[in-house]
Order: sequence, then structure tokens, then C-alpha cells
Amino acid sequence: MNKIVEKEQLNNNVVRLEIEAPRIAMKRKAGHFVIVKINKKGERIPLTIADADPDKGTITLVIQRVGVTSHKLCMMNEGDTLADVVGPLGHATEIANHGTVLCAGGGVGIAPLLPIARAFKKAGNRVLTVLAARSRDLIILEKEMRDCSDEVIIMTDDGSYGKQGLVTHGMGEILDREKVNLAVTIGPAIMMKFASLTTEKYNVPTIASLNTIMVDGTGMCGACRITVDGKTKFVCVDGPEFDAHKIDFDEMIMRLGAYEDQEREDYEKYLETVEN
Amino acid sequence: MKLSLPEKQNRNMETTQDILKSERQQSWREDLRKSMKAKERTSRERVKMLEQDPHIRNKNHTEVNVGLTEEMAIKEAQRCLDCVDPTCISGCPVNINIPKFIKRIEQGEFLESAKVLKETNALPAVCGRVCPQEVQCEASCFYVQKLKKDPVAIGHLERFAADYERNSGNISVPEVEERNGIKVAIIGSGPAGLAVAGDMIKWGYDVTVFEALHEIGGVLKYGIPEFRLPNEIVDVEIENLRQMGVKFETNFIVGKTSSVDDLRKEGFEAFFVGSGAGLPKFMNIPGENYRRIFSSNEYLTRVNLMNAANPDYDTPVFSGKNVAVIGGGNTAMDSVRTSKRLGADRSMIIYRRSIEEMPARVEEIKHAQEEDVEFMNLNSPVEYFADENGNVNKMRVQKMELGEPDSSGRRRPVPVEGSEYDVEVDTVVVAIGVSPNPLIPASMPELDVTDWGTIKVDKDSMQASIEDIFAGGDIVRGGATVILAMGDGRKAAKGMHEYLKEKVRNK
Repeated sequence: MNKIVEKEQLNNNVVRLEIEAPRIAMKRKAGHFVIVKINKKGERIPLTIADADPDKGTITLVIQRVGVTSHKLCMMNEGDTLADVVGPLGHATEIANHGTVLCAGGGVGIAPLLPIARAFKKAGNRVLTVLAARSRDLIILEKEMRDCSDEVIIMTDDGSYGKQGLVTHGMGEILDREKVNLAVTIGPAIMMKFASLTTEKYNVPTIASLNTIMVDGTGMCGACRITVDGKTKFVCVDGPEFDAHKIDFDEMIMRLGAYEDQEREDYEKYLETVEN
Repeated sequence: MKLSLPEKQNRNMETTQDILKSERQQSWREDLRKSMKAKERTSRERVKMLEQDPHIRNKNHTEVNVGLTEEMAIKEAQRCLDCVDPTCISGCPVNINIPKFIKRIEQGEFLESAKVLKETNALPAVCGRVCPQEVQCEASCFYVQKLKKDPVAIGHLERFAADYERNSGNISVPEVEERNGIKVAIIGSGPAGLAVAGDMIKWGYDVTVFEALHEIGGVLKYGIPEFRLPNEIVDVEIENLRQMGVKFETNFIVGKTSSVDDLRKEGFEAFFVGSGAGLPKFMNIPGENYRRIFSSNEYLTRVNLMNAANPDYDTPVFSGKNVAVIGGGNTAMDSVRTSKRLGADRSMIIYRRSIEEMPARVEEIKHAQEEDVEFMNLNSPVEYFADENGNVNKMRVQKMELGEPDSSGRRRPVPVEGSEYDVEVDTVVVAIGVSPNPLIPASMPELDVTDWGTIKVDKDSMQASIEDIFAGGDIVRGGATVILAMGDGRKAAKGMHEYLKEKVRNK
């Protein structure tokens, strides 16, 4: 059982939960994820660890409301407990001083990007950040990202904040201007696909951190499999970070939708029970 | 620090024979033998397990085998001749005292019978259900060896005694020796780990079992379906271990949540790695990553561990109408029979060899056939096709014929050129085997592993290349059965016990 010690609403659909998990807090590094199960009847979902406080024995998760489980998580409050949290899973980000690192985050993907940007900054890199979302209220953790970045460009689809345009526009602005040694991208799959195509044009090595469907998260089920460089890989044990230029994003996007009909139906049913 | 060996451990094989002999000479055993003529015993037909009707059971998840009645069990127990040389025992990987437990049943002392089982087996209700007795104890039975008749139904009787005890509400907790304060860690709560835990706790150790998933039981929970092994039964056996003093930690991945080194610092003095063969194999053929093509691990985990078929639970599973399961082992049978229960109209086994060469238990194949599973033997998929959403809708299958025997002694399947044809499917389950889970070996680079990723061990003590590490089950074997894993566990417990005694002596 893992207690929620702090909850913050980052916007209408996104919450930040600080959860008691002392062993995970001690072991976790940037890039790691956990599997969470809310209660006895819940499903197991992967969530990237956004932050951790080893002294307090807590980890931070950022959750966007998209379906039944994430909705339930967003409705939980301080003092509530999660039945199961296991991790830290996956390989941590390989942190080194590359020179200049471009961090491109989209929507709720900004949360897992934060510890990676921080770690690259701490390793002595010049960190340039592009944050993108549909509109102003969906840009999260802006202050924290500014604290560990040398520069932050904000892009919104509707122009309600920062510059109007997609993440790729902000990235292009930097890539046109100066030499970037490494890029990291986290966000919706479609965004990562185009971010990756952008850096490919500039020959900048790029890492994408993936969040696919998983059941166990330990290599057992193979639900998370993707194709990288023509070979099947498991996001849970081989990833979650891969060379973005070699990922078959179209296949990944197709697989992400594997349960979309059932999920939509379940979510609609669930929303009726919540609203009534 | 106090360490003592169980008496049997101190004796060599010869004296184990003596114990069996002296037990056999006890008056109750002699009286029973005299109570009926051998001819009368051997003239009886083997008991038939009661089963749910195939066309009812293929729509529900309750157990297929219903069990024996008391009367049936006693009658079957009477068939056992209580042989002078009980060859059945050597056929059992955990060396259950088979004649003794069966004679207790004949006597009507069912609870005593269950106690006999628990002397050497931490999971009798499980083994009575899933062990391939037909190739182990029952294959070594006097009836098969000498009389050329059907063996005593040892498996059914084991299940009967264990179930009787559980249903009686009078579950005995085996005696444990005085605590010696030595901490041992078991990594993985599957059959291998539980067997080690059962022995080590009896010998006085402070035993903690670490499990990566949220439930204890490993493959017994996520892999074997409810209709073959109800989770509730596994839970009762685990509760029994808990009563004996075993501690369980779920959601704990050794190598990730804490390393073996961390646990050494926390005072653990020996480790057993029973982390199983976690990684599913795929065939690497075109289209295999389309939606609704699952590994058997994923398909079974969703249904068994996550209860996906129950609408009250949040985990989804796709209930296809035309389901193809690729493979011929027990996991393939479990998957294809599960698909029937999820409402499939057509459930097919696609296997590249003939039915005689299938590695699945005969009983599982028979049950699947009765449940209207189609067997497409000597067929192998070569490519999958999908609709515009990426959902699989067709598979291309190639016919095979049998060639020369291969290294396994089975005739090698050879593709028949130009024999490809298409089969409509909306769900595919790939059940062609698993590889060892790399998490533990990857976290200990100094541990010796084979090219296949299995941990190298001494075959008697199950000790790995690092002295305080022992291993067994699928992480050593690469993919085997529950009972072989338990046999490894018992050997490893002995090995670990010897190692720790030596360590204490040298302190």
C-alpha cells in the first residue's frame, strides 16, 4: 500500500501526486518508470517517475485524465492509498556531458522530461528546452523546466501562450541557430514522431522515451513490443528510451490503440457512474 | 546460533530405504495389506475423474475436474499394492512417500494422508492438479511396469487428500524447528521459490519471499487458468506457508527495487533465484506486431491474474470469435481453452508437428478436443494480415510434413513448398515458448549464465557461480513444469542449508 502524501492540480486534466515509496525513491534515476494499480480490481498501468525525494521516501507521478484508471487516479486525494506500486522499472537515461542537449516535451510528457533535463543540466550540459501543448493551460511544470534550462521556448497550437505552432517549429528555431549534440523527446507518440523527423534532418542523435501498453512491466507479457531498427523490442525491459530515428512510430501508434474501442466504451460507462 | 538438520537429511539413500521399509512394517500398514487379496486389488479398473460436461465447461471458468468422492478415493487407494519396492517414489521429483499417503486414504484417515503429503511437498493441491503424473510417479507404478495395466491414480488421490483437508477447515500446519535467526531471501514466488520456502522454514530459517507482481504464486496465478487450477487453492497453500512463518513481499523486484547487494547489507545470508522464464518468444514473421496478436503470457495474465473476463475488473481483454493459438504445449492448450470460455466460435491450435509430438499433457489435449477446439497439426503460420486499423484479420499458413528426427528425437517438421493457404482470424495467441527473465542476471554481471540466459548451477546443490546464490526452476531450465521447478527448489534448499551450516561453522 502506498499513501498519497500530496496532491496538486496542474490543470483541469492533469494532477501531480506525491506517493510514499521509500525503496523506489532511493533507487530511482531519471528515465525510470513504475507500474501502478489503484485497487484490487484495477489494471496495471505504467507511469514515468517525474521526481523523487529519497529523504522523504516519496516519488512524484504526473497523471493526465484520459481513461478509467487515469480518471480514478486524478480523483484520489491526499491520504488515500494505492494498492500497488512497483519499480523502478526500465533503464535509466544515460546521462553524460554531451555539450548542448535539446529537450522537447509535449503535454503531459513534460513531466517525465523534467528529471532528464535536470540530470543533463547537472552533468554540465547547455540545456535548451521546447515545451509544446494545444493551449496555455496544458503547459505544465514551466517554472521547474526553466530552473534547469538555459533557454525555454514555449509553443501552443492556438497561440494562447508563447509562440503559435508545433513543437517542431520551436525545435527548428534552435537547430537552425546552433549546434545541438543530443535531443530528447517525450510526449504523445505522434509528436515524438515529428520531433524525431525534425532532428533527423539536422543529423542530431535523438532519444525518445516511450509509454506503451503494458501489463507486468517486467518483460513477461510483450504487450509493449515495438519495432526498432527492424527488430522487435520490449519497451519495459529494453527501454523505455530508444534511438528515436530507428523507432517505427507508425506501428507504435497503431499498437497504442489496441484497446481504444473497449477503453472508450468503458470510460463512457464509468463517467455515467461518476456523474450520477 | 543454533542449526540442526532434519533427521532424514543426515542419512544416506540406503537409510532412507530403511525408513520406508520400517514404516511399511508398521502394524496398520500390515493389517491393511492383509485386509484384501492382491488379486482383488489388481482386478479393479482405475477410477475415472469426475468432470464437468465439455459443452457446459467450455463456457465457464470453474474447474473442469470435479474431484473424487470419498468412496471413489478409498476404492482407488485399495488398488495400491503397497509394494516392497515403491518405484513410484523415485518417479516423483519431490519424493513424496506415495504408498504411505495412499494407505492413509485406504484407511479413511484423510487428514493424516494430507500430512504425509506435506512432509515433502509444499503445494499438494497444486501438484495433484497440474503434475504430469502419467510420465512421473504413475509411469513408475507397479501396475504399468509389471502388470501392463493402468497405474494407480496417484495424482487424483493426491488432489483428493489435499482437497479433503482444505474443505475440512482443519488444515494442519507442519511443524517447524526452532528459529535460528538466519535470513534467507527467495526471489520469485512461483513453484520453485515456494518449495524452497517450505523446506527452509521447516529447518528454522527466517524466510522472506520477494515477488515482482502484486500477487503471490507466479505462474500458478498468472499462467495456469482458473479452470485447471483455481487461484483460491493456490492461496490456501500460500497461507499455509505464511502460518509456518514465511514472509512475503509483493511488488518487489530484486535487481530493481533493491539489489542483491542491498539485501546482503540488510542481513540476508543466502539467496534462491526462482524468477522464472519470463520473456515470451515470437516467431519474427511479417505482421506479428499487428493488434490482437498476443503472447500467451499476455493473454493468460490478463484473464488469470487481472480477471479481465470479469466486467467488474478494469483490465480489458479482446474476446475474439476466430482465435488461432500457435503452439502445442500446455500453455497453448490453456490459451485455446481460455479463448473458448471468452466466447470464441472457432478456436484453433496451429502446430507444426503432428498431434503425437505435442508437448502438452495428454489430458489437456483430450480436454481441449472435447471442448471443440480444432487441431490444425502440421501447419505453421508464415505471415499475418490486418484491416485498416491494424487489427489482424487473416493469417497465411504453410503445411508441414515430418522429416528425419531432430535433436529432441522428434521428427523434424519440413515446410511443403507451395502449400500456403489463408485462414480468417481476429485473434492470435503465440504460445511457442519463453526465454529466461533477464532482470536478475542483468543486475548481477558477475553471475555465470549460459548463452540462452539461464543461470548456471551445480546440478546437485543448485548453487550458482556466486556462493550465496542458488537457483532453480525455469531460470535454470529455460521452460519446464511446476513439479520440476519444485524438485529444483527442494534440492536448492538442501544445498543452501549445507552452505549455511558450513558458513556458521566457519564463523
